[in-house]
Amino acid sequence: MKLENFRFETDSDGIALLTWDMPGRSMNVITEAVMAELGQVVDHVAGAEAIKGCVIVSGKEAFSGGADLTMLQGLGGEFRKLAKTKGEEEAMAFFFEASSRLSRLYRKLETCGKPFAAAVNGTCLGGAFELALSCHFRVLSDSDKTRVGLPEIKVGLFPGAGGTQRVARLMQTGDALQMLFKGDQIKPAQAKAMNLVHAVVPRDKLVETAKEWIKAGGSAKAPWDVEGFKNPSNKVHSPAGMMIWPPANAIYRRETQDNYPAAKAILQAVYEGLQVPMDLGLRIESRYFAHILQTPEAAAMIRSLFISKGELEKGARRPAKVPPLKIKRVGIVGAGFMGAGIAYVSALAGLNVVLVDRDQEAADKGKAYSHKLMSDQVMKGRAKSADRDALLARINATSDYNALKGCDLVVEAVFEDRAVKAEVIKKVQAVIGRRTIFASNTSTLPISSLAENFERPSQFVGIHFFSPVEKMLLVEIILGKRTGDRALATALDFVRAIKKTPIVVNDCRGFFANRCVLNYIREGHLMLAEGVPPAMIENMAKKAGMPVGPLSLNDEVALDLGWKILQATKKDLGAAAVDAKQEALLKTMVVDLERFGRKNGKGFYDYAPTGKKLWPGLADLQKTKLVADGIDRQEIVDRLLVVQALEAARTVEEKVITDVREADVGAILGFGFAPYTGGPLSYIDRMGTKAFVALCEKLAAKHGERFKPNKLLRAMARKGETFYGRFNPHKAAA
Amino acid sequence: MAEAFIYDHVRTPRGKGKADGSLHEVTAVRLAETTLRAVQKRNGLDPKLVDDVVLGCVDPVGEASGDIARSAAIAAGFGESVPGIQINRFCASGLDAVAFGAAQVMAGQKDIVIGGGVESMSRVGMGASGMLPAVDPSVAIPSYFSPQGVAADLIATKYGFTRDDVDAFAVESHKRAAKAWEEGRFAKSVVPVRDVNGLTILGKDETIRPNTDMQTLGGLKASFAMMGEQGGFNAVAIQGHPEVETINHVHHAGNSSGIVDGAAAVLVGNKAAGRKAGLKPRARIRGFASLGSDLALVLTGPVDVTEKLLARTGMSIKDIDLIEINEAFSAVVLRYLQAFDLDPAKVNVNGGAIAMGHPLGATGAMILGTVIDELERRDLSTGLVTLCVAHGMGTAMIVERV
Ligand SMILES: CC(C)(COP(=O)(O)OP(=O)(O)OC[C@H]1O[C@@H](n2cnc3c(N)ncnc32)[C@H](O)[C@@H]1OP(=O)(O)O)[C@@H](O)C(=O)NCCC(=O)NCCS
Ligand SMILES: NC(=O)c1ccc[n+]([C@@H]2O[C@H](COP(=O)([O-])OP(=O)(O)OC[C@H]3O[C@@H](n4cnc5c(N)ncnc54)[C@H](O)[C@@H]3O)[C@@H](O)[C@H]2O)c1
Repeated sequence: MKLENFRFETDSDGIALLTWDMPGRSMNVITEAVMAELGQVVDHVAGAEAIKGCVIVSGKEAFSGGADLTMLQGLGGEFRKLAKTKGEEEAMAFFFEASSRLSRLYRKLETCGKPFAAAVNGTCLGGAFELALSCHFRVLSDSDKTRVGLPEIKVGLFPGAGGTQRVARLMQTGDALQMLFKGDQIKPAQAKAMNLVHAVVPRDKLVETAKEWIKAGGSAKAPWDVEGFKNPSNKVHSPAGMMIWPPANAIYRRETQDNYPAAKAILQAVYEGLQVPMDLGLRIESRYFAHILQTPEAAAMIRSLFISKGELEKGARRPAKVPPLKIKRVGIVGAGFMGAGIAYVSALAGLNVVLVDRDQEAADKGKAYSHKLMSDQVMKGRAKSADRDALLARINATSDYNALKGCDLVVEAVFEDRAVKAEVIKKVQAVIGRRTIFASNTSTLPISSLAENFERPSQFVGIHFFSPVEKMLLVEIILGKRTGDRALATALDFVRAIKKTPIVVNDCRGFFANRCVLNYIREGHLMLAEGVPPAMIENMAKKAGMPVGPLSLNDEVALDLGWKILQATKKDLGAAAVDAKQEALLKTMVVDLERFGRKNGKGFYDYAPTGKKLWPGLADLQKTKLVADGIDRQEIVDRLLVVQALEAARTVEEKVITDVREADVGAILGFGFAPYTGGPLSYIDRMGTKAFVALCEKLAAKHGERFKPNKLLRAMARKGETFYGRFNPHKAAA
Repeated sequence: MAEAFIYDHVRTPRGKGKADGSLHEVTAVRLAETTLRAVQKRNGLDPKLVDDVVLGCVDPVGEASGDIARSAAIAAGFGESVPGIQINRFCASGLDAVAFGAAQVMAGQKDIVIGGGVESMSRVGMGASGMLPAVDPSVAIPSYFSPQGVAADLIATKYGFTRDDVDAFAVESHKRAAKAWEEGRFAKSVVPVRDVNGLTILGKDETIRPNTDMQTLGGLKASFAMMGEQGGFNAVAIQGHPEVETINHVHHAGNSSGIVDGAAAVLVGNKAAGRKAGLKPRARIRGFASLGSDLALVLTGPVDVTEKLLARTGMSIKDIDLIEINEAFSAVVLRYLQAFDLDPAKVNVNGGAIAMGHPLGATGAMILGTVIDELERRDLSTGLVTLCVAHGMGTAMIVERV
């Protein structure tokens, strides 16, 4: 055996220890080479009479993150090449063979006749956990860091190396489906309770426990290979099955709006697989896996949610010449709703925080928010009270600006008011050092103009958080006209420290995310004004893939805020910049009826302790009412996505967005833009620029100028270009 | 093309479909046998003349398994020459069985057939044969599958029927059924189920509650609220009809079709064969149709299939004197009335399945008989029979007295 990614040694008891430790990598991943070597090991163990069995461990901190997704992406490329030269059929045969290779390898391990045990410490996810599942014995360390799970669904895939079949044979079907749908990372104790693993032991007992199991005569037969095996939920077609499958299918639809083929494939693979023996079940799973790998949803989600997101988090937009910064102390001015959240995530990341407000009481109130969030964690058993105390000790709440001295970065989150911000900038400037970077969390004021209040505009940057800060994964970094590289690098390093995903956009009204969102909300308003039943607007928005409907979203961000933005836009850009119908609707809601949204218990919805319900009075605001059955539902979906995608395309043309990855990742993480599309630009690319432009023109003719495609799109359509072709982020970097 | 005539029809009484129902001691094949024997005997028909027995049965498993139509023909003493075939289109099976036989008569391939159906819901159990459209994801998901009760609640929500509306309809169903029995309107067609000694086991429909009123119904709890919420089916229903914000659960045991046991048989043939056998035609089959319709509403097929059938026969709804639409749930009938703007006095004049029960495979044939009897009693000419069908289908037939 020639092994590069593993070490193999056999002890005096005849038990082999296979240590997975890939050179030059911090984390083990499954590659072509890993598969080839593991195959050799299985053959060797099976053939060597002196070897009783084999324990697999990792030589790294973690076990493994699973399959190399770029390898799977590569398969797609090879398929397309082969299809051209050898035809679809042969290409498909190759693709099926290649994409099922890992599954067959694991089955070979499982049926090789010698017992295998997986001894797992740290994360063990996806294809790596499927390896563990194919071993006859699984033992986990009780470490805080140990997590197992099958997260494939999160990037539009599903476990294709036996995961669906083995999990569905280890537990009740309903539980198995839930686990596969959610893709959660599971802690050791829970994994044991779910019957996913056999034992949980201290880390230093891992290998010993696994070896003991082999020594004690551990069986080399998986339960499902023992005659008489019964599925935990018995037969699919049975009264028990009738209690499981109809709701499972319904819940799939409820949770996915039928937008996610991978989730549907999980259902189908488990449904069909449980009706046949393991080998056939695995083959069925492989057939669906090959199919899902080729779906545009998987391609788009892998690209945006795994590859691009990872690249942006690792500093794809960071100016390379600025040496890495270690931010230790961050100042936050304004301990209100946003400031309190920013303080919490910063302290959580181990940074020292100075939290300043106008008076001590206000500052303390901001700090109290961290106390509350941490106490909730303690209550849920996710943190210890010592963690809470340590975190709170890192936050210095004060009204004294002098405390900001020595901060690497100061973020202001005071009232959205030019005069207040100007005053705060001056006050901060007076106390901080010359190298401190100043950031504003403004959501509507241009960064370049705010920077004019600061002596060193190159050190002024926008760091735009989303609310609630502790939940939202995205941060928009706004570059003013004069923002310098060090300010950008500092902002990126800060965002990285607090484990969020950054996108970098150039200064403009609304930046990137809010521009798209405002269009989305406006489209909902206009539909309402046209007479579309309110529930239909909301429900079709969810069908489009949005997390909440436009009316609901507007209620959350407050209608009066929308009204204010509209009035400001009108003042700055003229009456033509706002839609009269939208203005009339908002005026009625905000000025006449004082329906501000959730914050005062009445907006498009009525809010009661029992839940929210669309306000029945909306019907009276609709002068015409369209008959639901006559409404073109696809057009509603198109409108809601196209207004946003078109706005994203405009931001590219205006160079607000300079990297297409940022538009896609930003839209999904920032406002939940239909994840299955891979983001607004991927959505256009998938449709084809030409078709998208035609759709825009059709909608413009019917619904107004706001759908008119911009110049860039028309040019791209003529040339048949895509965003990822024309603005290929990897070519640009190279 | 030959014409198909209906020469006679019989049905058993409907027994409560539970262990304490009167027909719980009677096997499914015995129920079917009872109707076959009756229709043959009272017409003095030589069973050898029967070219086929077509029976609807929705759960053809266990004691209803293995082609219950052939079994029933044998048990009824029809002799080895009479074949049988069991078919299934869920709730319309009994009507489809008559249509299936009639079509072959019309096509000239058969002369005399018996169509009908049987269901022993107390003994075999609803759903005993499984429900693939709910189970296989590749079917259930594109089908917007939800249990029929949830779909009925969706219909009520979408078309604006309140709890009072659906309850009032149920009250009327009981009232009409009670009156029909009182006046002996079913007497001609209901044959008692007897034991081997000739003792009557059940002679009358068993689930009618003449005293049903708004108040008692008002006290019943909606049957499908929990299932709709927890099983995810409400969300599915709403995805099918997104203008609906929340499902208003209005159906319960008192305004849904009752679960019962029963069987029915309809004697169909062409003119020449009927004459030769000495039979007198009672009605002519003008036409029949089936179709698939809105999958999420599941139960609005009767509206669409009625339109289809009227178009095929070149008729208008105004040409129809009496209508029988199966009372699967109140909202199904209310929607039908609403869609055609019908006078309720022409529809289900003798009550329906809410009062008397719905023995799935047999009901279509039963209500076909009901409409013929009532056309004769009122001396009217044209009747239409229709049923909603699981998995979003509908079947209808138009008959005309001769
Ligand atoms: C709705 C349904 C689930 C109710 O089933 P159930 O709960 O077993 O019904 P029950 O017959 O036990 O009746 C429940 C209660 O309602 C009462 N009830 C029923 N009809 C009543 C009436 N007209 N007046 C007063 N009470 C009535 C019963 O007395 C019983 O009360 P109890 O619990 O005190 O004994 C069932 O009838 C059903 O599924 N029907 C539809 C059948 C179907 O789907 N057919 C195929 C498609 S159409
Ligand atoms: N609320 C959101 O969803 C959201 C999202 C993104 C960005 N923002 C932006 O964040 C900023 C803050 O918004 P918020 O919602 O947290 O507002 P807020 O009203 O909750 O908090 C503002 C805080 O600033 C303090 N403050 C005012 N003047 C001050 C001064 N001179 N010195 C020190 N503190 C002062 C106030 O006491 C208050 O605690 C605004 O610029 C807003 O546009 C808000």
